[in-house]
Amino acid sequence: MKPALSVENLNYAYGSQFVLRDLSFSVSQGEMFIVIGPNGAGKTTLIKLMIGIAKIQSGQIEILQSPLEDYSQKRLAQVSAYVPQGLPVGFPFTVEETVLLGRAPHQKVLGLAAQNDLEIAQQAMTFTEVSHLARRKLDQLSGGEQQRVLIARALCQQPQVILLDEPTASLDLSHQIRIMDLMEKLKIEKGVTVVMVSHDVNLAAMYGDQLLLLKAGEIVRMGPPHAVLNFETLEETYNCKLLVDNSPLGNLPRVTLVPRKFLKS
Amino acid sequence: MNLNLEHNITRLLWISLILLGVLLTAFILGLSIGPTQSGLRSALSALFSTRESDPVLYSIVWRIRLPRVLLATIVGATLSLGGLVFQALLRNPLAEPFILGVSGGSAIGAIIGILLGLSRFPGICFTSFLGSLGTLALILIMSTGKTILRKDALLLSGVMVNAFCSAIIMFLISITQDARLHNIIFWLMGDLSASDLPQVVILGAILIPCFAIVFVFSHAMNLLMMGKDMALTMGINIKAVTLVLLVVTSFMVSATVSFSGLVGFVGLVIPHLLRLVLGPDHRLLVPASLFGGGAYLVLCDLLARTLPQQGEMPAGVITALIGAPLFIILLKKSRK
Repeated sequence: MKPALSVENLNYAYGSQFVLRDLSFSVSQGEMFIVIGPNGAGKTTLIKLMIGIAKIQSGQIEILQSPLEDYSQKRLAQVSAYVPQGLPVGFPFTVEETVLLGRAPHQKVLGLAAQNDLEIAQQAMTFTEVSHLARRKLDQLSGGEQQRVLIARALCQQPQVILLDEPTASLDLSHQIRIMDLMEKLKIEKGVTVVMVSHDVNLAAMYGDQLLLLKAGEIVRMGPPHAVLNFETLEETYNCKLLVDNSPLGNLPRVTLVPRKFLKS
Repeated sequence: MNLNLEHNITRLLWISLILLGVLLTAFILGLSIGPTQSGLRSALSALFSTRESDPVLYSIVWRIRLPRVLLATIVGATLSLGGLVFQALLRNPLAEPFILGVSGGSAIGAIIGILLGLSRFPGICFTSFLGSLGTLALILIMSTGKTILRKDALLLSGVMVNAFCSAIIMFLISITQDARLHNIIFWLMGDLSASDLPQVVILGAILIPCFAIVFVFSHAMNLLMMGKDMALTMGINIKAVTLVLLVVTSFMVSATVSFSGLVGFVGLVIPHLLRLVLGPDHRLLVPASLFGGGAYLVLCDLLARTLPQQGEMPAGVITALIGAPLFIILLKKSRK
């Protein structure tokens, strides 16, 4: 499988403080790639570098086998899309208007929507199950609904690679599973490569094809869930007590945190 | 979906037509009402007839009212558009040239120009532009990066820039002792009376390309509503868009300030009202702000001319009386 994304000898520093140190890895096309790690590991910085928001200081990133710096901003927006952490703060558009904004990289400067654009927006809304909210204002929706609208907007860009920064953070359980199922459907039905930052190691275990465990800007381990989520690695990386066993769902690792009061017994 | 191309263009045309109608009505009212009672019909016929039929009314309409109403239209349109652009760039409904201190900076530049005895155009226009760029840089430095999006930081910077500008303006006024003093003070309060037709026409001719540039960037402003990161990954060159819009807007505002002085809050009131009615699509809001802002200031100026029993007051007094309370309401609402 050709890589959708590849990162070589990537370094990044804020001033003299290294955030990422000599990272090299690649993400295959059509896989779900989940970056996990403790706070301050450099996960968000990594994803911002991969989508061109932060500028590369040293090293190289390739998207679809072409270096990031060879893409114009518009061209990059035609092959990749980004769903950031948190929700937009500007004056709220309706759901359908927001989704349609995602057509911008394929449109001329004034973004006038042709029939084709409307159809794509309609499909994206159906895919993320927000069609019934079309006329509502974005700021009137729940966090999970807004997240699905923003994902529909990203799908409107018709990306081959989609990058998400903690899409399930601050969502309740049903919305978490809904978003993750949605991303899996995207991967399987449309062959889109999904790259995601997550705090939730169990969700990562259940959905990730490849996991990348980062700590303090360096790769601790990378591979399928079983290879990454083992007891020694996690306890050392996160510096806390935990148990790793098999999930009742099947052959998947399951991570359980161990509170102090259970340690003696 | 009711968002197809024809629907959008029809909507844009209708809204523009309606607001243009409002502007024309305001314009005609502005031409026909004044201390010399003339009535609608005779004022209009004076506009289209030759000097000989009624020389006095002809002079009043052509020399006094028309330049003034035209200037009010241009200034209102510019300030309203300026407010809209600043609000989009800073994603903050309270941003406005006057509140941010950009108008204050232009005023310093303009007063220096007046004191140097420069002509209004291009001399004062240019010093005024330098002044606005200076304050803009100051605001951007004081509230860099993310903090500028926070309302408090933005407002505090604006208050400080304005305080600083006022101090310099007071200093300049205190060292001026001749007849220019009265001119400066009246002009500072937002006065539209001292305008002459050819100059106003020149001002309009410079500003129309600026309006066009802002309209070209109207969809980019829509994408900016999603926040910088999302706009960037949807193909918007944020740095270029921000730079062009800031420079063009500062230029527009300073050009009008050098003619009209400090007219505050137009850029707050009009975009806010239009956004309530039309929603946040800047492709509609840009033309709507131009027509709406123009009509609004013509009407405010009309009130300013007719309310006092004797003499008249600057239009800036009326816009501040309406705008400042709205600002407080908006601030209170946004804190919730």
